Amino acid sequence: MDQIILQFLNGLDKGSAYALIALGLTLIFGTLGVVNFAHGALFMIGAFCAVTVQRILTLSTVVEDPTKTDFLGNPAKISTPYVESWFGPEMGAALIDWSVPLAIVFAIPIMVALGFIMERGLIKHFYKRPHADQILVTFGLAIVLQEVIKAFYGANPIPTGAPEVFRGSFDFGVLIGFDPNAIIYPYWRMVYFAFAAVIIGAVFAFLQFTTFGMVVRAGMADRETVGLLGINIDRRFTIMFGIAAAVAGLAGVMYAPINSPNYHMGMDFLVLSFVVVVVGGMGSLPGAVLAGFLLGILEAFASMNEVKAIFPGIDQIIIYVVAIIIILTRPRGLMGRKGVMEE
Amino acid sequence: MLGLTKKDFTLFVVVIVMVALAPFLLNPFPQGSSLAQMFNAGYPDLMQRFVIFGILVIGFNILFGLTGYLSFGHAAFLGVGSYSAVWMFKLLGMNVIPGILLSMVVAGIFALAIGYVSLRRSGIYFSILTLAFAQMSYNLAYSVLGNPSSNFNLTNGETGLQLLLTDPRILGQSTTPDGSLPVTNFFGIAMRDSYELRLGDWLFTFNAGYYLCGIIMLISFYISIRIFRSPFGMMLRAVKSNQQRMNYTGLNTKPYTLAAFVISGVYAGLAGGLLSSMDPLAGAERMHWTASGEIVIMAILGGVGTLIGPILGAGFNEYFKNILSKINDSVLHQWLGFLPDGIEDFLVTIIHPFVGKGWHLTLGLLFMIVIIFLPGGLVEGGKRLGGMITGRTRRSAKAEAKQRNHPAE
Repeated sequence: MDQIILQFLNGLDKGSAYALIALGLTLIFGTLGVVNFAHGALFMIGAFCAVTVQRILTLSTVVEDPTKTDFLGNPAKISTPYVESWFGPEMGAALIDWSVPLAIVFAIPIMVALGFIMERGLIKHFYKRPHADQILVTFGLAIVLQEVIKAFYGANPIPTGAPEVFRGSFDFGVLIGFDPNAIIYPYWRMVYFAFAAVIIGAVFAFLQFTTFGMVVRAGMADRETVGLLGINIDRRFTIMFGIAAAVAGLAGVMYAPINSPNYHMGMDFLVLSFVVVVVGGMGSLPGAVLAGFLLGILEAFASMNEVKAIFPGIDQIIIYVVAIIIILTRPRGLMGRKGVMEE
Repeated sequence: MLGLTKKDFTLFVVVIVMVALAPFLLNPFPQGSSLAQMFNAGYPDLMQRFVIFGILVIGFNILFGLTGYLSFGHAAFLGVGSYSAVWMFKLLGMNVIPGILLSMVVAGIFALAIGYVSLRRSGIYFSILTLAFAQMSYNLAYSVLGNPSSNFNLTNGETGLQLLLTDPRILGQSTTPDGSLPVTNFFGIAMRDSYELRLGDWLFTFNAGYYLCGIIMLISFYISIRIFRSPFGMMLRAVKSNQQRMNYTGLNTKPYTLAAFVISGVYAGLAGGLLSSMDPLAGAERMHWTASGEIVIMAILGGVGTLIGPILGAGFNEYFKNILSKINDSVLHQWLGFLPDGIEDFLVTIIHPFVGKGWHLTLGLLFMIVIIFLPGGLVEGGKRLGGMITGRTRRSAKAEAKQRNHPAE
């Protein structure tokens, strides 16, 4: 039993990332009808926003201290981050410690702007071209973004720590009445799950309870009619593209402490996110979220040793197997609308 | 001639001449000069890659160019072909022919299985299905099938499948008399044997492996021309322009698309087998989906749906990859040395991310530019350029394009 709960929890954090990326992909597909192969790159750029904020906060003045020497006999260098000299040592240290959550504030405008530029500058010109061209141009864009990041930050993963309070793990089992040390779970993954839940909730609330969201939903159902009513649906869809980019970016920012950002992390997630979108149903937002969590949890269960003993390697392919079965038996996906992309 | 129209035959002859004379054509600069180090491409390893990737993309083009089905998992067949060929070298002997044949057969069976399932969907679903299958194969090759400690080690995981001194090689020898690994050969002609011709300052290398690959590429190219011009090819084009209408007429398109898929899978397997024949080492990274993406990039760069496009695209991609990755800061400084120092340093800083290790970036940008402005790839670019030179007005070209336009889907 404790094993099952543990695997369930393990699936949640990966599932959250899948769900957030798939949500963005679905938003873009549902509104603009574009399959965005560059969405993984947006996730990756989000993670590098966290890296950048951390680097900016740790920019330091270096002073040589002649009274002390290091082991080579040179004067010891004392580096003081600017933020510590500006805001006082305690406040400065706290800022650096909380750099990842702080990065959210910076990431939102950056990602939204990036989304606008992508949509207006590039993808707009591809609506009338075949789907294959859309896939190809966004794939090209993904390569370019990835290589730009690589040129600036290098090819190695950059460790980006979570705030001190959230480092380490806690005993989740005790909380729900199991023996101590049965279920150990890292704090930050819990935070990530909560964060993902908030973002997903916010996106749904935005679509459900605001006039803007209502218009967007109407546009997703029947773009032409909404256009005929005199509403500038293109502009709203562009804004939705920005929001989708921000969702992917935020998923990336918060994922940085779980997995040190490297330039190809986006591509790794992208393939799986596509699978998630297909399983959930192209164009269905609840489907994307549901499938994201389901597949994340399924993957966690498949990586249990007991399961692997029966089906070796199942953890590597389970998601693809599920996707293939779903596409073949129920092409509209778990929650897809009838008739959307069914052939 | 050879069952080809005059125009196709001319094209075929041009390609034959290019392949035969490649060691001359690709070595325009005298040996040892600085230009030669940078731009000469006439060494065996690179020439082999030109023709092998040519085969791969020719096959991909039969699927994507004719039927419009965009497969994002073609590298899986390449990888399967590579593994099969290496296994043949391990078990049977170092002659390349059985290895190449087995790689084609295995890749064909693999393509039949994947194609049978994937082709039940079209459009984006097809792309994602092939992508999923390829990633699955990659993951399996990387982990379970390649666990060196298990009894069932098919791919040797991360290290890659390689020849060992202890392999049986029942028709050949496990080790050469001097105790090293035997080399791949074609009935006694070692693949790495080269004849070097020295003319003045120029050095030309004629490599046995290159010519074997070249001949196989020409055969593949010939078959692809025949397919393009056959009723079968016409049927595939009809699938591309409007599959629904084909179905309404009561025709089952599935056998045709499946045949195209298997043919292109066999081509990819052949390319994989040849890669292994030239260098008997097969790794899982050949199946990774970025490798599949690169196949797509080559096809697009050359020109999808054209005969010569795949060869141009593969050659272009490999050639520029080779050159760009060789350029480094000191080379740039040398080139830009005539400029004032400040401007020189500035330019070098600007160009730096695009060359050397950053060649991916340049090719990615180039790929995007081609997709955006020149969807027909190099072939269309050449046509437009030719039109400009011969002074054909834009209007007549446009009218022609209108005529050629397919009915909307």
